[in-house]
Amino acid sequence: MPEPVFSLRTSGRLRRRQLVSRMMGALAFGAALLAVAVLAIVVVSVASRGASALSLDFFTKSQAQGFNPSGGGILFAIVGSGVIVGIATLMALPLGVLVAIYVSELAPPRLARVARLALDITNGIPTIVIGIFVFTLIVVAHGQSALAGSLALAIIMVPLIARATEEVLLLVPSAQREASLALGVSRWRTTFSVVVPSAMGGVLTGTTLAIARAAGETAPLLFLTSLGANSYADANPLHPLQSMTYVIFTYSDLSDPASQAKAWATAFTLMCFVLVTSLAAKLAMARYRKKLGG
Amino acid sequence: MESSHGDKGAVFERTRGRFDRIGDPALKAITFSAAALAVTILGLIAYELVRGSRLAFDRFGLGFLTSQTWDAIHNQFGALSLIFGTAVTAILAIAIATPLAIAIALFLTELAPKPVRALLGALVEMLAAIPSVILGLWGILVLGPFVQNQIEPFLSSTLGFLPFFRGQHSGTGILTAILILTIMVVPIVASVTRELFTTVPSELREGALALGATRWEMVRGVLLPAARPGILAAVALGFGRAVGEAMAVLMVSGSTIGIHLSLFSHTDTLAARIAGQYNGSGTNLQTSSLVYLATILLVISLAVNIGAQLLIRPIDRRPRGRRIALDRALETQGMSAD
Repeated sequence: MPEPVFSLRTSGRLRRRQLVSRMMGALAFGAALLAVAVLAIVVVSVASRGASALSLDFFTKSQAQGFNPSGGGILFAIVGSGVIVGIATLMALPLGVLVAIYVSELAPPRLARVARLALDITNGIPTIVIGIFVFTLIVVAHGQSALAGSLALAIIMVPLIARATEEVLLLVPSAQREASLALGVSRWRTTFSVVVPSAMGGVLTGTTLAIARAAGETAPLLFLTSLGANSYADANPLHPLQSMTYVIFTYSDLSDPASQAKAWATAFTLMCFVLVTSLAAKLAMARYRKKLGG
Repeated sequence: MESSHGDKGAVFERTRGRFDRIGDPALKAITFSAAALAVTILGLIAYELVRGSRLAFDRFGLGFLTSQTWDAIHNQFGALSLIFGTAVTAILAIAIATPLAIAIALFLTELAPKPVRALLGALVEMLAAIPSVILGLWGILVLGPFVQNQIEPFLSSTLGFLPFFRGQHSGTGILTAILILTIMVVPIVASVTRELFTTVPSELREGALALGATRWEMVRGVLLPAARPGILAAVALGFGRAVGEAMAVLMVSGSTIGIHLSLFSHTDTLAARIAGQYNGSGTNLQTSSLVYLATILLVISLAVNIGAQLLIRPIDRRPRGRRIALDRALETQGMSAD
C-alpha cells in the first residue's frame, strides 16, 4: 500500500478559486490606479495650461475694462473671493463651534440627535438650492451683494465646522473634564478653559477644510453676487463682488484663447490654494488625532 | 495683613460665585440657541422655497412635473425633461462609480502595502477636494474633445446597433456629464466605504481565512455583507451629490431641453438649469419656476439623506426585543452595545 501523498501544489477547484481571488485583486488595483490617474490627468492639465498664463500682472492688476480679454489680471477676483469667504467664516465659525459644544457637552441625547440630523441634512442640500434660498430671502428685496454670497457659504460651512468640532470634542478625554469639575470649577469655565483649548487644533483644521470647500463654490454665488463681474475694482461687501470661481466659469464659456488661458490660470491658482490647504489640514488633523488618542 | 488677604479671597469667592451662577445657564442658553438656529435655518430653507415657488405652483400645479416644455417666450415651464436628465446622469454615474469605489476601498484596506495606504487614501480624497467649476472647465476643454473624437466613435462603431449609442458625436451631452459626475462621486463613496471596511472586526476576516476561504471569498462572504447597510448609505449620499451638482453639469451638458435615448445627445438637469438661468430670468413666473425646480431638488435631497441616515444607524432600527437581548448578552460579557 503506497503512502498517501499530500501535495502542497494547488490543483483543480482550489486553483480556480485562487485565480478568481487574484483576478479580483488585480481589478481592485486597477480601480485604484484609475482614480489616481484621473487625479493626475486633471491636475497636470490644469497646471500645464494654467502655469504658462501666470505672471506678476495676473495677480496684481485688475481685470481689463470692457471686452479686451488679453490684458489685466484677476486681483479683484482674488480680493472678492477673500472677502466673501472671510465674512462667511466669521459667521460660520462661532455658530458651528457653539452648536458643537451644545451637541457634545450639554444637550440631552434626544435634542443632540435632532441637531446632528439637522446638520447632516443641511450638509446634503445641493449648494445651488442654498443659493436660491438666499436669493428669495435677501436678493429679491435688497439686490445682489457679497454679503448675500457670504451668508450662503456660511450655511454650507456651519455643518462642516460643527461636525469636525464635535468629533474632536468627543476625543477630549473625559478625565480632563472630570478633574476640572471635581476641583469645583463650574461647567462653563471647564468648557472654555479645559475642553475647548485642548480641542482647538481640531477646530482650526475643521475650519480650514470648510474654507477650502467654500472657496471652490460657484453655484450659490451665481444668483447672489454675479453682477460683481461688472465692477472691476471693488472690495465693499455691500456690493456684488467678483470671485475666482465666477471668473473661471465665465471665461471658460468664451472661445478666444486669451480668455481660456485666463480661465486656466485662475483655475490653477484656485486649485493650488484648495489642494494645499485641505491637504495641510488633513495632515494636521491626523497628527492631532494621534496626539489626543495616544 | 492676613485679614485683608482673607477679604480679597472672600470678594473673589463672591464674584466667582456670581459669574458661575450666570455662566452655566448662559452657556447653555447661548449654545442651545445656536443649535436651534441651525435647525431653524433648515426649516426656513423649506419655507422660503415653498413660498417662492407659489406662483409657478398655482399656475402649473403638479402638472409641472409631467410637462416637457421650458419656453420663456410663451411663459410655459415644466420639469419633466430636467427630471429625466437628472435621473439618467445621476443613476448612470452612481452605477459606474459604485463598483469602482468599492474596489478602491478594498484595495486600500485589504491589498495595498501598509505604507502606501495612507498616501493613496489621501490622493483619492484630493480628487473630492477639486472644485466642481475646475472639473467643469477640464470637462469642456479636455475631456469633451476626447469624448467626441475617441470614446463616442468607438461606442457607435461597436455598440451602434443600440439606440443609446447613435446620433451625432459631440463633446457636450449626457455621456460627458456622466463621466464628470462619476469622477466627483467615486471619492465620496470610496472614502466612506473604506471607513466601513476598517470597522469590520478582524476576527471575522481571520475566521473566514482560517476556514480556507480565499481572499476574494472572504471579501464576498464576510466583508461586503457586514458593510452592506453602510455601503448603501454611502451610495445614497453619492447619488444625492450627483443629483445636486450644478456647475460641472451646466458646463458640459449642452443645456438643452428634450428627452432623447442617445447618450450622445445634449441634456440638462434640475440643478444645472437653475444655475444656468441666473442672469436670464425675465419674468416673475420664470423665477418662480426656478424656485419650483429648487424645491424638487430639496425634496429629493431630503429623501436621499434621511434614507441614508436610517441606513447608517441600523442599531436604532433593530427590533426592540432583539436589542434588549443583545444588550443583555453583551452586558454579561462586560461590554455595552453602544
